Amino acid sequence: MLRAARALVVRDLRLVWARRGDALQPALFALLTVVLFALGLGGDARSLAPVASAVLGLAVLLAGLLALDSLFRGDAEDGSLEQWMLAPVPLWWLVLVRTAMHWATTALPVIVAVPLLGELLHLPRAQLPVLMASLLLGTPILSLLGAVVAALTVGMRRAGILVALLALPLYVPVLVFGAGAVAATAQGLDAVGALLLLGAGLVLSLVLGPPVAAAALRIAHA
Amino acid sequence: MPDLQTHASPLLAVDGLAFSRNDTPVFGPLSFAVEANEALLVQGGNGAGKTTLLRVLAGLLRPDAGHMEIDGLPARPELRARFVAYLGHLPGLKADLSALHNLEFLCGLHGRRPRQTAEAAMAIVGLAGYEDAPLRTLSAGQKKRLGLARLWLSPAPLWLLDEPYANLDLEGITLVNRMVQAHLREGGAALITTHGAYAAPPVRTRLLELGGTA
Repeated sequence: MLRAARALVVRDLRLVWARRGDALQPALFALLTVVLFALGLGGDARSLAPVASAVLGLAVLLAGLLALDSLFRGDAEDGSLEQWMLAPVPLWWLVLVRTAMHWATTALPVIVAVPLLGELLHLPRAQLPVLMASLLLGTPILSLLGAVVAALTVGMRRAGILVALLALPLYVPVLVFGAGAVAATAQGLDAVGALLLLGAGLVLSLVLGPPVAAAALRIAHA
Repeated sequence: MPDLQTHASPLLAVDGLAFSRNDTPVFGPLSFAVEANEALLVQGGNGAGKTTLLRVLAGLLRPDAGHMEIDGLPARPELRARFVAYLGHLPGLKADLSALHNLEFLCGLHGRRPRQTAEAAMAIVGLAGYEDAPLRTLSAGQKKRLGLARLWLSPAPLWLLDEPYANLDLEGITLVNRMVQAHLREGGAALITTHGAYAAPPVRTRLLELGGTA
């Protein structure tokens, strides 16, 4: 199992390196979203600061949504997925490793850029640590839920908007608790409760997400 | 690799296997067996169900009826994964990776036959010198050869080859036959689909004729 995981990790890193120009796209997309919000809201600190954390959360979420379609599509189209299903390791394990790599190469660069984007939006400094914590806990949940949706739609040619329609309702709890944590900090309250709920959600989706996505892949690919 | 020389039960035994898509039968019911050191040539025209049969045998599709035994045991997924190597129309290679990196990944996924290296396998299939070439610069025939190299490295004794001769030049066809011959000599077995236009490998061969349902 570890040998297969290592092979998949090395392969994905080499693929990212081969198309290293594409790797920056999600972060650039988040930057553009933030800029558009800032322009739309007039750009002064008084109107931006109260919504900064929500805008950043949404920008990260939308960037992840756009990257979602590439999670399994390439592997389905060139037959790699068939080889995954025939491999002597469980499919859910490969799905978990692939999703983790996808998160690390698409969501993590955006999260790294968040402090900078926060400055653009006049995000209050005190909110940044909680926002980062809620993103670090929340985006893996988004990736794991997204893996199920991406697996279900992998058999379709153009699934772009359908992926969004299926995934966004599932993303609601993550947004609610993530925003809740930051809002609590803004009011001077303890944010730990909301963060703990996000952590619980992460554990749950870690356990349930990969097997469900693996089953969906088998159905979609038959 | 399981010891293949000692047991009596056939490597693959299929009884009453049938598959239908949307209530239209694709093939079957079929019954056949493939022993070690033996090749089964699956012949039939386009749409006769050759690819579907191989995908059912590989476990990618679920049959409607029938029973399948591998090495005398009911074919469960773990057993299949250890015994079966499948080379389909899509080779599962990444266009952005080099030929050697593609092989390394597939070996990591499926395991590797002892005392074999990816470089040696590439030399066997006539791709020496192309190790660092990005896959998208290789021709269809060269990709097919790389797929054969992957198969050669696989530790699985039962090869399911879907149209292995497609896209290959005459030398490539001889190469497939030589590889099948060598694999069978080591106690393996192979199922080969073909629409009948090519020379069969010079080994003990059974023939399965699929009637065209299309």
